[in-house]
Amino acid sequence: MPLLLFERGAPGRGNQFVADAGGARRYLNQALLRESLPLPDLAELEVARHFMELSARNFSVDRNFYPLGSCTMKYNPKLNEAVAGFPGFTDLHPFAPDAGAQGALHLLWDMERTLSALFGMAEFSLMPAAGAHGEITAMLMAKKYFVEMGQGQRNVCLVPDTAHGTNPASAAMVGYKVVSIPSTSRGRTDLAALRSKLDGSTAVCMMTNPNTLGLFEDDIIDITQAVHKAGGLMYYDGANANAIVGLTRPGDMGFDLLHLNLHKTFSVPHGGGGPGSGPVGASAKLAPYLPKPIVAREEDGSFALDWDRSDSIGPVREFWSHFLAVVRAYAYIIVHGEEGLRRNSQLAVLNANYVRAKIKDVLVVPYEDFCRHEFVCSAERLKKETGARALDLAKGLLDAGIHAPTMYWPHVVPECLMIEPTETETKETLDTFADTLRALVKQAHDDPASMQQLPLHTPVRRVDEAQVGRQANKGIGLRWEPPDAASRQ
Amino acid sequence: MYAPHTEKDIRAMLEVIGASSLEALSSPPGGLAIKEGLNIAPALPEAEAYAHIKALANQNTAARMVSFLGAGAYRHYQPPAVPWFATRSEFLTAYTPYQAEASQGSLQAIFEWQTYISLLTGMDVSNASLYDGATALVEGVIMSLHANGRKRVLISKAVHPMYRAVLATYAEGMGLEVVELPVTTKGLTDTSRVDAKGAACVVLQSPNFFGCIEDISTAATVAHEAGALCVSVTAEALSLALLKTPREAGADIALGEGQSFGLPLGYGGPYVGFIATTKEHVRRLPGRLVGETTDVDGRRAFVLTLQGREQHIRRELATSNICTNQALCALIATVYLATVGSKGLQSIAAANLQRARELQEAVCAVPGFVAAYQSPYFNEFCVRTPVPAAQLVKRLEKRGILAGLPLSRFYPELTHLVLMCATELTTSEDIKALTEALVEETARAVAAV
Repeated sequence: MPLLLFERGAPGRGNQFVADAGGARRYLNQALLRESLPLPDLAELEVARHFMELSARNFSVDRNFYPLGSCTMKYNPKLNEAVAGFPGFTDLHPFAPDAGAQGALHLLWDMERTLSALFGMAEFSLMPAAGAHGEITAMLMAKKYFVEMGQGQRNVCLVPDTAHGTNPASAAMVGYKVVSIPSTSRGRTDLAALRSKLDGSTAVCMMTNPNTLGLFEDDIIDITQAVHKAGGLMYYDGANANAIVGLTRPGDMGFDLLHLNLHKTFSVPHGGGGPGSGPVGASAKLAPYLPKPIVAREEDGSFALDWDRSDSIGPVREFWSHFLAVVRAYAYIIVHGEEGLRRNSQLAVLNANYVRAKIKDVLVVPYEDFCRHEFVCSAERLKKETGARALDLAKGLLDAGIHAPTMYWPHVVPECLMIEPTETETKETLDTFADTLRALVKQAHDDPASMQQLPLHTPVRRVDEAQVGRQANKGIGLRWEPPDAASRQ
Repeated sequence: MYAPHTEKDIRAMLEVIGASSLEALSSPPGGLAIKEGLNIAPALPEAEAYAHIKALANQNTAARMVSFLGAGAYRHYQPPAVPWFATRSEFLTAYTPYQAEASQGSLQAIFEWQTYISLLTGMDVSNASLYDGATALVEGVIMSLHANGRKRVLISKAVHPMYRAVLATYAEGMGLEVVELPVTTKGLTDTSRVDAKGAACVVLQSPNFFGCIEDISTAATVAHEAGALCVSVTAEALSLALLKTPREAGADIALGEGQSFGLPLGYGGPYVGFIATTKEHVRRLPGRLVGETTDVDGRRAFVLTLQGREQHIRRELATSNICTNQALCALIATVYLATVGSKGLQSIAAANLQRARELQEAVCAVPGFVAAYQSPYFNEFCVRTPVPAAQLVKRLEKRGILAGLPLSRFYPELTHLVLMCATELTTSEDIKALTEALVEETARAVAAV
């Protein structure tokens, strides 16, 4: 069990990084200075051992299969990492003059245009930092659009009950009232229920397509037309874009706004929970409201940051984009081209349907249609028969070196497991996964009591979440405390 | 390209599925299929893609220039140990640590980041990180609104202009009133006439955008007397190594940008925002939090906690819509802080103090250049220029020198001020090149008039 950094080291250890300037403190009045800096001093080898030990206690795509629905844990190509590390990018200051940043601006300009073409939008902003940041960006754009159209009274956001939690949270941040739309028994948004909620208060309808059940919303044209007829806007959550790139375009479905997750669809690594990148695309009528600056091409062919966009909502982050994430996604796109991207989408759908076919006799697959890039199955029947839950199956997979699927969401399916293999996995890996899952179902029947013990072989086993939650509510247990402070509590 | 399927695999898989073809399985219904080509660039073989992007990188001539640019993004030394450890596949290609049993490495690293930020700011608790300093400011303001139910924000005009612009973007959509506090001739926020009545919070940055070290404690007193919170912003995180902590100064929320802790300039991102507060406000923190607990065998373990605040549980009632944090950037910062340690961080900060004074002295020895403000500073300061600063900076660019940020870019009335930064990487040769160029270009400009 690794110690914390704060339990290692000894004062005075560590390299000398710069020439000594210790006397410089005299330039500042004592009253401006802090008394002490209580951080640990470690030798470089101690740091190495520490982080190597931590790294061994993690699952990662380079080592483990992640059938994690709505997260698109595909392989992160090493070409991306190499090109994002070029000094011409890493050493470039955000306030560098445009003339000295032409390569970066060219890349951003290309990316804006490529994404517009792939998704059928008029224009893109690469500024948003992540998917949820793209959502709030788009909600701010919608709100400004309606105010300028003299329809500021529109304040309702329609969200299907299968939507990501970020959708209603983002809508609520701009003061929109969130109305949930139920799903049908076919796992699609209920068009009649949606129609019954449309009126002069409708601002935006947020949809994911394919939805989080992995099913294509086949009424999508009727949905977008109905919302538009009521004067509302359609928003596309791009979390599941890996099923559609090169096959169909949200713009052609009638969406006015969308965000993408470059860390899902375009192979930017997840990094243990970020950084992401959440570009926002807009149709022609919403494009003027995109965040600024956006890259423009001048008459002489050079590129510049364009701040002169009077209808823009303004900037949404400190600087122009998560640039080094965009570089990675750019590399991914240019090695594929349109045909390669389409092929990836097709193979992502193939892999999901293959796993679905291999396990549907042991777990309930609640929707009959072929799925897209992901599908959901339910352990409800297994729970009734054996007491074993979706959670137990997921924990059992961890022992086999397979990451758990997304669980207990969307809420419309009880004991839900959401499985998205992605296109970069081999048939052999998928076969192993299906066999492992089937073996766990068998174990649940043969020895139900053993299921609650899983996992047995991970660096830690099931953890006590209730205890930490109670402490955390009081601000305790969220950081290392010096021994004297800890003893006081 | 990276998909491994052979034609044989595909046939076998289609057969198991019971589908006739890849197209039949994956095409969209109802005439929504893309009918003709989308006119994007054709695929490049990997070697050509590498060369193409390298050529783009090489066109960024500003990345190779002598630079005195700071203004919220700082050029610091990155010890090679930092990326070496932090970008291992086990960290880089991991998912968000929702599965504690499979993510102890990432979880412990975040717990350590939370501890570092708490220790640096003097606060009780920190979250797992935010997108950047500007969005951290927005989240800090939202925490204040939740704390006292008010919708008015007082913010110094000496807070980074991009941070204020981002706040303005959100404020318009959220219906907040933002009032800007003026700046004195000393380059400091004028807190003497602040009326914080009805305000949710008072926001100051230190060192502020002009480089001057602010007196947060006066603002904190004004805020607290009116029942408002005091929010302290730090855009240059390295300054925390030396300066009085936001907590000591009386701030309720300390937030800022952590790019200086080992993250490259990268044309503006990704960086890492931090936010920390007192125990009183812990439930109002946005985003992810990691706590320490034990597993069923009694072993120390780390786990995401207080998820009841977050969007995936609370949906429209969440404290924030934030899902992603900047885990990898926070890890890089954590490895940086571990590598340099207390001793190293203080010596690097001292070198910044030293270099910035050498720079100011040298620039102000050039006839016509004077320090704009007589206030203490860390590694940035404003200089009054004898000719319009934007023109002068442009002339120096042509000579391969980025002399700093002309303030007219964000403060149109400040036509003759330039913000200059020196770090531990600034050399005596850099300073000499700058002053020589300033002498020549000023003479040229004066002659032209």
